[in-house]
Amino acid sequence: MSSRLATGGRRIDRSKRLSFSFNGTKLTGFEGDTLASALLANGQDLVGRSFKYHRPRGIVAAGAEEPNALVALGQGDRMEPNQRATITELFDGLSARSQNHWPSLQFDIGAINARLSRFLPAGFYYKTFMQPRAAWKHLFEPVIRKSAGLGPAPTQGDPDRYEYFYAHTDVLVAGGGIAGLAAARAAAEAGARVLLVEQDSRFGGRSATDGVVIDGTDAEAWVAEQVAALSAMPNVDLRLRTMAAGVYDHGYVTLYERAGDRDPGAAPVRHRLWRVRAGRTVTATGAIERPISFAGNDRPGVMLASAVRDYIDLYAVSPGDRTVVVTATDDGYRTALAVRDAGLDVPAVLDTRPDPKGPLVDAVRARGIRVEAGRGIAKVRGTRRVTGVDICAQAGEGAVIEHVPCECVAMAGGWSPVVHLWSHCGGKLLWDETAHHFRPDPDRPPTGADGQGFAVTAGTASGPMDTGAALADAVEAGHRAAKALGHDKGAPRIPQADGTADGPPAAVWMMPHGAGPELRGKAFLDFQNDVKVSDVQLAAQEGYQSVEHTKRYTTLGMATDQGKLSNINGLAILSDSLGAPIPEVGTTTFRPPYTPISLGAVAGEARGSLFKPVRRTPIHDWHADAGAVWEPVGDWRRPYCYPKDEESHRDAVNREITATRSGVGLLDASTLGKIIVSGPDAAAFLDLTYTNMMSSLKVGRCRYGLMCTENGFLFDDGVVVRLSEDSFLCHTTSGGSDRVHAWMEEWLQTEWWDLKVWTSNVTEQFGQIAIVGPKARSVLERLGGMDLSAEALPFMAMAEGTLGGIGVRIFRISFSGELSYEIAVPAGRARALWDMLLAEGAADGITPYGTEALHVMRAEKGYIMIGDETDGTVIPQDLNLGWAVSKKKSDFIGKRAMERSALTDPDRKQLVGLETEDPALVLPDGAHAVSGQTNRFGQQETLGHVTSTYWSPTLNRSIAMALVSGGSRRMGETLDFSLEDGRIAKARVVDPVFLDKDGERQNV
Amino acid sequence: MKKYSVFSLAREALRYHSGWERAWASPDPKAEYDTIIVGAGGHGLATAYYLAKEHGITNVAVLEKGWLGGGNTGRNTTIIRSNYLQPESAAIYEKARGLYEGLSQELNFNIMFSPRGVMMLCQTQHELRAMQRTAHANRLAGIETEMVSPERVKEIVPIIEIDGPRFPVLGGLWQPRGGTARHDAVAWGYARGASARGVDIIQQCAVTGIDRDASGVTGVQTTRGPIRCKKLCIVVAGSSGVLADMAGFRLPVESVALQALVSEPVKPCMDCVVMANTVHGYMSQSDKGEMVIGGGADGFNNYTQRGSFQHLEETVRALIETFPMISRLKMLRHWGGIVDMTGDRSPIIGQTPVPGIFINCGWGTGGFKAIPGSGWATAEMLAKGTPGTLAAPFSLDRFTEGRMIDESVAAAVAH
Amino acid sequence: MLILRCPYCGVDAEETDLAPGGEAHLTRHGPGSDDAEFRDYLFQRRNPRGVHFERWRHAFGCGKWFHAARCTQTLEVFGTYSAQCSEPPEEIMTAIRTRRPDWEMPA
Repeated sequence: MSSRLATGGRRIDRSKRLSFSFNGTKLTGFEGDTLASALLANGQDLVGRSFKYHRPRGIVAAGAEEPNALVALGQGDRMEPNQRATITELFDGLSARSQNHWPSLQFDIGAINARLSRFLPAGFYYKTFMQPRAAWKHLFEPVIRKSAGLGPAPTQGDPDRYEYFYAHTDVLVAGGGIAGLAAARAAAEAGARVLLVEQDSRFGGRSATDGVVIDGTDAEAWVAEQVAALSAMPNVDLRLRTMAAGVYDHGYVTLYERAGDRDPGAAPVRHRLWRVRAGRTVTATGAIERPISFAGNDRPGVMLASAVRDYIDLYAVSPGDRTVVVTATDDGYRTALAVRDAGLDVPAVLDTRPDPKGPLVDAVRARGIRVEAGRGIAKVRGTRRVTGVDICAQAGEGAVIEHVPCECVAMAGGWSPVVHLWSHCGGKLLWDETAHHFRPDPDRPPTGADGQGFAVTAGTASGPMDTGAALADAVEAGHRAAKALGHDKGAPRIPQADGTADGPPAAVWMMPHGAGPELRGKAFLDFQNDVKVSDVQLAAQEGYQSVEHTKRYTTLGMATDQGKLSNINGLAILSDSLGAPIPEVGTTTFRPPYTPISLGAVAGEARGSLFKPVRRTPIHDWHADAGAVWEPVGDWRRPYCYPKDEESHRDAVNREITATRSGVGLLDASTLGKIIVSGPDAAAFLDLTYTNMMSSLKVGRCRYGLMCTENGFLFDDGVVVRLSEDSFLCHTTSGGSDRVHAWMEEWLQTEWWDLKVWTSNVTEQFGQIAIVGPKARSVLERLGGMDLSAEALPFMAMAEGTLGGIGVRIFRISFSGELSYEIAVPAGRARALWDMLLAEGAADGITPYGTEALHVMRAEKGYIMIGDETDGTVIPQDLNLGWAVSKKKSDFIGKRAMERSALTDPDRKQLVGLETEDPALVLPDGAHAVSGQTNRFGQQETLGHVTSTYWSPTLNRSIAMALVSGGSRRMGETLDFSLEDGRIAKARVVDPVFLDKDGERQNV
Repeated sequence: MKKYSVFSLAREALRYHSGWERAWASPDPKAEYDTIIVGAGGHGLATAYYLAKEHGITNVAVLEKGWLGGGNTGRNTTIIRSNYLQPESAAIYEKARGLYEGLSQELNFNIMFSPRGVMMLCQTQHELRAMQRTAHANRLAGIETEMVSPERVKEIVPIIEIDGPRFPVLGGLWQPRGGTARHDAVAWGYARGASARGVDIIQQCAVTGIDRDASGVTGVQTTRGPIRCKKLCIVVAGSSGVLADMAGFRLPVESVALQALVSEPVKPCMDCVVMANTVHGYMSQSDKGEMVIGGGADGFNNYTQRGSFQHLEETVRALIETFPMISRLKMLRHWGGIVDMTGDRSPIIGQTPVPGIFINCGWGTGGFKAIPGSGWATAEMLAKGTPGTLAAPFSLDRFTEGRMIDESVAAAVAH
Repeated sequence: MLILRCPYCGVDAEETDLAPGGEAHLTRHGPGSDDAEFRDYLFQRRNPRGVHFERWRHAFGCGKWFHAARCTQTLEVFGTYSAQCSEPPEEIMTAIRTRRPDWEMPA
């Protein structure tokens, strides 16, 4: 069993005891512990169950590469699933639960899968669960889903805050180990601005634990000195608990800062997503130790050799009284020494190499530790934790030479540089034949906007695993990064490390080398996803020979650790199965982020009211106070209607319409787009952008205009007003103003740049109020200041003046068929004018109306609405708006397109009005007319569809508009509309102008 | 071909699975084939499979520059639905969905088609009306969909927030027999089926040139030597323009990156697929428990298979508004795929200006769901030499005629 | 996450400040063109895997459209230049040829 040692622990502060709970049991740890070290200190070897076989799993690693120790951290709305215990700093009151088991961690029903593992090899689900057909959905899949899935799903919203940080720097150094510090110092001393980030809570990486001595001082002191020196430099920023998550095009890097994880509920910000622009990125990301593939290597108590050292040295945690070290490297001997230094037993060091030698080997032998050369592990004994190992010859098939009891097995399979950041954006790798790992190819870095490499690797991340070479590489990297950006003050000094380099590691991909199927089926590559050596071999045998096929078929490397421990070993097994060298087999793609980051951080501050902020008109607050029902229109909110007391929405709409048509109504039309187009060529430009002629418009007059895309389809409409000889005001739809303005600019700047025209979008500079109805004129006249008689301001005319003392521009235009004035007013005075109109109109029962009343009234008049009658496939001619498409102009946007055969087809859908036989029946939105035949696809043939459909309180019957194939030839025909329940509603094709065809109401 | 079943699995387990055969053969290319299909993605492999199965044409090679299923087939968010508005689209996507229903049994390869339902949210009045139109169109096209109330949406998708402050859920278009499938398995299953019927699937064989004479195509140049053919079909989403260039014509297609991400796996919390078009996000939960999230496409030409991080930020923000519980999940990985975008966002299946060369491309962001129907229709076209009913509307000449098949009810919002 | 220098305001603009606008130097075919010309103008965009000339707008900056020469495979940028020209200026062509000696301007 693991336990806390009486002394030591570089990181822990024994004076600060912290209490936490695991699966409801109260435990204690120390300040400086990780959750993993605290669990081990409490003898908690078993921390979770694996994904597929629900095998008992313990802690394997001490860092971000941990595949097993995933817990549900926290409670209630602050619960976070799948949190890695190894990178979770312990805090007082922490609560964690283990995952993926039922009913309990100790006794998990799902572990039956482990017994059946022979029947559940890689990809078994592709070969079965097919019969009977319905069983997949109703039986097999639900069981599979339920048994997969790891941690519990949160059930509530997230109360925490997240934010973005932005940083620009010359050099970003990712990783604050000794290489990162050395690189940062070299870059900073050369004169570059430097940002150094470290995912851990301390700088220095593993240097202190590994007993590194630099420039004659121990690593801890050297690191402290570097941190102090860097902190004192004005051009350097250092950040802990901040991980470089992803590297993107043109040198963009995201960082993930876990700012508040130790202080849940109290921290102002939980996570920060940094968006960094760096001239150069130095990846000083270190290396990860490889496990070794032997039978039972997944049992709790089997750990990376480096992790065993970490737990002893950093946290004073004994992983067990007796530790067998199994190694392919000299580095494994450091663990043997560390274990022995802690007063614990090392029954044996099993070195796969036939003739281990060198200072570390000598040191271990000198301590009286038994070293077995050419040996490996045939099998680990024990179920819920290690009880011993069976030793065999590495060269053989696994005949057991000896059984050695132990509680811990330390695996030292060699080190692989962390190449993720280098690779995210296209940096290429080399296979190192000596060290048996992939390392960055410095000649093929990820390239930036200038085509030059923007990333540089430093330290062990570059490949060299001995301290001296790594430091030299790091200093060179930092200096080179700075120099590339024009900073080359001074010459960097390379710190000197004591000691000699380790001897070359052996390549041990399978232990023993000749392991049979029984052992291979228990030798795990991917611990979390339960991928074994036999699975990769099966994939190769079945032709899944590309590394991507193997990954996907076996799920190797697809777990939440993304294969940090498993990739190289799996690749080597695949390469061996295929008889192809490893570099030929290649790697899978490294995808960001380096370790998982919270979706909250990805979203940042933009949530709730900050998610797509609402645009408000100057009269917004009045609507809110009046109890408006809101409708989102683009980014705006517009009143849909203003229900009174218990009134239904429909009743409110009908009341608003009737009041307007019989008296006077008031509409906040401020959201209408307003674009000023001016300049000597403004008229010529508008002749090109509108389908109709605008140059013939007289100053002070208004004209309804249509805009089409170059593809001929109608996309916006509105009234154009000629303000002066060379300036126009173009009204657009509410949602369309930004789009139309950008579109005008596009044509002006990229096609007709010879035209002297300026545009400006003044949508928000003006409020706009429509006063509508037979009594509209008299209300305005009472306000006074302008002559609004039919003679002075006829239909489709504009006047400027003051109204009740407020400067206004009045357009006599109508979207309702009533006498109507749209009054534009500087935004700051809009509310005042609104209030004034309400007060003055009170005697006439002035009634504010919303978008729905607007829609019904325009439909009564047969006016189209962009987005209802149009859907991106409709041309003006379809809507009987051919009159607004100029035949005289030689060119306008969309003109050529309208000549194509599909756009001149007489059978195109055309706009018609509909009157249902039953006047009380309002046709459903989008209902289709059917012919009773089937079409070429065997579908019911449709003739067209309803585009707008309303109850008209004015006509006291339903009205609708529809786009119907050859519609204008069908006047008077009765069409069959298919209702949802299959019934047919009959409707007669009529003129879409339902009300006041001669326009007498507005012509007053 | 050895049959896959629970019995064969048990039999093999007893001998450590040593008897499993290769799922598909890996032959060297012959000097000549009747038909060469360029691209061993889902669409290309399905085409080869149906050529062999439906038309008995097996002197066929599928050439793949990398590994089969390695393009967008293996990179998409696996959504299958057919709730399209236009009759032409509805026909081919429903054909595909119908074939998906029985595909596992037909191929004897469990592609895990899971008809768990697809919910398209309506979050504005405009979208509500557009979906109602689609629901009517679907019903008449024989596609089972229904408009459901916000309360019913909440019942089907309990983790959803229907009263969100910005975009409340006003309703949903529910296709109960839409769903997902295992994307890799679709490619592998078709590859196995085609290979068993005699089709040569040749991986690591990049086409470097297209040979033609006055009468049309004569063969291709590849990294494994020249291969002659009578008919050539280009099915290379993302690289369509490059191949067309080799053949000497241009396509109305641009290649852009589309983003997707998965979260870490959690226990089942959402059974169906949810699509929120107003805020540009869609999400489902895989059988592993990962939340699979699709986002927007870049607007610029790109062949890097990476794409831009800011689209993910937008997507995640939008989805957190609709699914507040995902905020504390973690993003496991994200990636990009290169998709073909056409002028009307609908695919192209048809003849090309070069006699003997056919094309299947332009599926944009929605190709996976179409694979069986697309393969079926393309095979029919190759066998007969001319597009059949399903393929005909998607011909290249629609861009000359202005005969768009536009699914985006595009003109945005109202006054 | 691209960076392009806006040739008008000189700002190195983030992709999030920019709006892409597709292929540059199109010749507009309006009334009078035949169906094939019009189709080519409207839909048949160049889609090279390599050097590409394209339009961008500094949408959340100065608002100006400009042109960029960029590689679609590596995302390398050879330069940005005025939108008011119908072919790339010589210095852009030189920059491309310097870095891509084998490249030829497509017909």
